[in-house]
Amino acid sequence: MLLATFALLSASSSADEKQLSVYSSVAIYRLPVLERNGHDYVGLLELLEPLGRVSSETKGQVLKLRYNAVDAEFLEGKTRARIRGQNFDFSNPVLIENSRGLVPFNSLGALLPRFLGTQVNFREGARRLFIGDVGIQISFKMEASNPPRLALSFTAPVNPTISTEPDKLRMIFKRDPVVSPGSQSISFDNKVITQASYSETNGDAELDVAANGALMASFSNDRKTIVISAPQQTPTGPQNPAAIAPFPTTSSNTLETGSNINNSRIAAHRILAVVDPAHGGDERGAALTDSLSEKDVTLGFARLLRHELENRGFAVNLLRDADTTLSADQRASTANLGHGGVYICLHAVSEGSGALVYTALIPAEEPSKGVFHAWNAAQAPVLPLSRTVSTAIVAEMQKRKFQVQTSSASLRPLNNVVMPAVSVELAPGPNGVSDLTSANYQQRAAAAIADAIVSVRDRLEVQP
Amino acid sequence: MIPKSLLVGVAILLVLVVAMGVYLRHMRIRATETEPPTASALPVTPPASGPTETVTLYVADDAAGILRAESAKIPLPGGREQRAESLLRALLRIYQQPGAAHPLAAESDIRSIYLIDPGVAVVDLNAALADHHRSGILCEQLTVNSLIQTLAANVPGIQRVNILVEGKSRDTLAGHADLTEAFDVTTVEQAAEQ
Repeated sequence: MLLATFALLSASSSADEKQLSVYSSVAIYRLPVLERNGHDYVGLLELLEPLGRVSSETKGQVLKLRYNAVDAEFLEGKTRARIRGQNFDFSNPVLIENSRGLVPFNSLGALLPRFLGTQVNFREGARRLFIGDVGIQISFKMEASNPPRLALSFTAPVNPTISTEPDKLRMIFKRDPVVSPGSQSISFDNKVITQASYSETNGDAELDVAANGALMASFSNDRKTIVISAPQQTPTGPQNPAAIAPFPTTSSNTLETGSNINNSRIAAHRILAVVDPAHGGDERGAALTDSLSEKDVTLGFARLLRHELENRGFAVNLLRDADTTLSADQRASTANLGHGGVYICLHAVSEGSGALVYTALIPAEEPSKGVFHAWNAAQAPVLPLSRTVSTAIVAEMQKRKFQVQTSSASLRPLNNVVMPAVSVELAPGPNGVSDLTSANYQQRAAAAIADAIVSVRDRLEVQP
Repeated sequence: MIPKSLLVGVAILLVLVVAMGVYLRHMRIRATETEPPTASALPVTPPASGPTETVTLYVADDAAGILRAESAKIPLPGGREQRAESLLRALLRIYQQPGAAHPLAAESDIRSIYLIDPGVAVVDLNAALADHHRSGILCEQLTVNSLIQTLAANVPGIQRVNILVEGKSRDTLAGHADLTEAFDVTTVEQAAEQ
């Protein structure tokens, strides 16, 4: 009982946490919004890090920050900063906590263009920040068929969380830069599907479709279209509750693509992919250049891979989403406890070209003790499946003209992970080491990995 | 009156004392001249001696990402452990040549190798090899595999290999290749074949 209460409180506290969603062509991510002295703040380093190369140095009350070629200087407790050699005035004082600069939330709309050199669309009330032309537009088309169908067309693939309530279907876009259709509410001249309303809050966009009865949704057109319709009534016999309410009213689901739609409890088929950006915090990994650490490349790459996997219907657990130190045991434990369907560890290297895909080099397995496996050979039972995943990644990367090799490596925590596990080491492309920080290059690699995981997803689902 | 015999005796003793002092000084100078210098420029490890044998070295090639089996003629001492050390030193010399396909630091060396029955080899690398090793999964794994396969191919009976650095266990070679567990020779060979 006590545990349940605690869990409820934790969930509630997490739900109440203020979040900022940032959408850009380089990365899509969320940051916590922190309250200090009655005002909202965000970490400047965390905000800029996914967008480019950032370094910072704190000396006493002064924080010096460099973003790509832009230098900035901030003073603890002061409202004035220097950016690109010019003054910039905040509405509230800058704070420095643990060598980390916190800047007033309401200044982001003016602050970011100074660093990025491009305009941003900052929706302060909704806590959504659009960098560049990344917004996804929605259009509606009502088809007066029987049963009626409402087709929602998006300008890019989307991956909303969908849930149903009595007389309402709710879509929450957490990671898609969906923008308002113009009007907050659209009414339809239809007796079944009556209205669609759009809202934005705490970093999310929400689209609700109201109806006189239950609704169901299906994806098509490579996830660019969501068709909402009332289910067919069962002609004879008692009503089948599953047909009327295909989604449990309390569930939150992401649907399969196109014709693979399954009206049963789709959540049961959602696979958790564990994405592990190697190194981090005190452990910087390889020095790829004088100023570029492996840990920074793996984090950016992992964020892109998370997005690609989520776009393909996977749940994703990113083992670190900041510059934090994690031991190999911590990584393996988190992955194993989460019952992931697949584990993908990301590395980067300045030598060679293309990518290298590794599976575990398992030492001689100690005798199993009942259902238990030796910690250093926990991967052994699923190693053949790991090799299948590795082969699939190689095939997808070759389709995208990557030079790619596969091998085995004594690389922790691959040996300790109980699910299919691979490590992908991203090497430079045709443009050399600079490719390692290129969003396009990383995006191609991430898409190849995600497509490979999709191609073996049927094998992953049967994992215990 | 001092007897004459006593004077002669004292005179002879004085001559002997002076002569012994001169001889002692001479001996000390000789001892100083023959003392070896404290900082020797000679290699710490004596060169291997013994009959020359043809061995197979598994040499890493970074660009191709593989090990290549190469024959080499090297002098090998009689003892198994000394033989193993000579083998791996011959391998390291290839990696220390200019333009090597898998370069290692010039100071890289094998401190010692212990062969423990049944079939366990403990390879103790010096700090320079690990500390100056390039960081990356492939290049680290190639170093490890190259050492293991060269040992296994030329020293019969080795089934598992433990790698230490400066006599101590180390987490990774240079941030990636895990050194905390013993390597199974068969597994490494099978991985190389794949």
